[in-house]
Amino acid sequence: MKATDLPELGAASSVAEHGVVLYLDGISVSFDGFKALNSLSLAIDAGELRCVIGPNGAGKTTMMDVITGKTRPDEGRAVFGQSTDLTRLSEAEIAHAGIGRKFQKPTIFEPLTVFENLELAMKADKRVRATLRSRLSGEEGERIAATLALVGLRESSQRVAGLLSHGQKQWLEIGMLLMQEPKLLLLDEPVAGMSDHETERTAELLVSLAGTHSLVVVEHDMAFIESIARKVTVLHEGGVIAEGPMEQVKNDPRVVEVYLGR
Amino acid sequence: MFARLYGPRGWAILGICSFVAFVAFPLLHLALPASSAFHISTFWVTLVGKIMCYAIVALALDLVWGYAGILSLGHGLFFALGGYGMGMYLMRQIGREGQYQADLPDFMVFLDWKEFPWQWWNTDQFWWAALLAVAVPGLLALVFGYFAFRSRVKGVYFSIITQALTFAAMLLFFRNNTGFGGNNGFTDFKRILGFGITSPQTRMALFCITAFFLIATLLLARWVVTSKFGRVLTAIRDAEPRAMFCGYNTVHYKVAIFTLSAVLCGIAGALYVPQVGIINPSEMSPANSIEIAIWVAVGGRGSLAGAILGAGLVNGAKSLFTVAFPEYWLFALGAIFIVVTLFMPRGVLGVLQRK
Repeated sequence: MKATDLPELGAASSVAEHGVVLYLDGISVSFDGFKALNSLSLAIDAGELRCVIGPNGAGKTTMMDVITGKTRPDEGRAVFGQSTDLTRLSEAEIAHAGIGRKFQKPTIFEPLTVFENLELAMKADKRVRATLRSRLSGEEGERIAATLALVGLRESSQRVAGLLSHGQKQWLEIGMLLMQEPKLLLLDEPVAGMSDHETERTAELLVSLAGTHSLVVVEHDMAFIESIARKVTVLHEGGVIAEGPMEQVKNDPRVVEVYLGR
Repeated sequence: MFARLYGPRGWAILGICSFVAFVAFPLLHLALPASSAFHISTFWVTLVGKIMCYAIVALALDLVWGYAGILSLGHGLFFALGGYGMGMYLMRQIGREGQYQADLPDFMVFLDWKEFPWQWWNTDQFWWAALLAVAVPGLLALVFGYFAFRSRVKGVYFSIITQALTFAAMLLFFRNNTGFGGNNGFTDFKRILGFGITSPQTRMALFCITAFFLIATLLLARWVVTSKFGRVLTAIRDAEPRAMFCGYNTVHYKVAIFTLSAVLCGIAGALYVPQVGIINPSEMSPANSIEIAIWVAVGGRGSLAGAILGAGLVNGAKSLFTVAFPEYWLFALGAIFIVVTLFMPRGVLGVLQRK
């Protein structure tokens, strides 16, 4: 294991120069003997919009957990940007490094207003002493207003977030991610529970974000993936079984067997 | 700043309460003869003074439970530690007027001790005792909270270990060797800062100081919960993973509010002991800490005025009950808790506000 580490390190840094924002290298995670991730390797380019699909239990959410520091891998490395080793950082430190995560179930601060939700998510000094004294500056207010407009919640700014519709909550959560000004966004089923119209608008939003941000989208909704995907990664039993443009992946016999064919 | 804390109505109510505490109570107690129909008796001064101490504790618990979602069932410990801090000073103020007329407090003479143990160092100084009353609960909460929250102990597990903590402390304080008077604790105080502790003027001064601290605690708590810090606490309560992925180190936030809460309890305990004239380990019994949670639940958690109201209502009811039917108080308390939990999830204040 040790011997193979060295050339791989070299390989990782050379891809980093070509603009890889996230590099997972041989990640394995097991829970009570069950291998949730089995030597998973994946590289996301800067500005890329990547879709990750796979049947239930393929390890999609575990992969997100590893990237965001919620789960520590048994083996392997997760490198963010040039050299940030994610496996050593806490969730909060990873957020500050520039990774935002949207959960499967919309997770927002329900008793607070839409505005306050965005205010809390906003990139700022997030230590205790700073938040005790914090006051919203005019420029910060404008940034919140801009995000409100982007996610279509301008009219709901002062509404309590818990009263929003399911789709609006999903949008608010995406808005919160954007307030963090992340380099990489991880979105776990961003259109679950959305109407067709909302799904369409979400697709537009994500496509417009690609380029300035890198995005990793985990989804089950095939129509949605086809509408946004440039490159698709298929996970199965904790590893990558196919990767490439949607057309190519769709016709891959292994993918058909484990996933699409059912 | 003022507008952020309360609206005109809130400030008006606060003004009226201050008038009652700082003007009406002292006048009616000290200036009127006991025969007058408007005279407020010592019983009432002590009772209201005591309830105001409890109200500070209720505010402190509401900050951690109502806003940050951390149910501590060990807040009685912080209260008692504050009380013991002040109690040590009051014991030193007895001087040679104890039963044995010795330099040492009676219980030490009884145990045949020749000098003060190390814990009593400098406790004849008021400032040192006052510092102990806030620093000991504060440090304990800081250390305990740091390890508990860092290990991500949450919900009912946190409640249980805080119960265990206060129970363990009670057993420790029951021991004579601990140096705090064992199961008898401290009592028979004579003076505070040289003033006779039972004189009407001293009682009234303690009453007014307690009222001042209650109002100050309320305003401080209000300032905390209306700040961005307060919104982060709410965020942690309702969606801690989201708060973490937003970049907040939630451990620091929880430790900060838990420590502040413990310090406030210590202040309340230090104010309580000179007014009731006794402190003993039964203050640390697990049931006491549970009762604090009931005050907050009855008043309405997550609202500061509710915590004060709850402490007043439950303790008022307790005073009535323990005079009329002493043996049924615990049943009544249980019934209150069940009714509030089932029918008033937002407490009495929630019911009042709905109308």
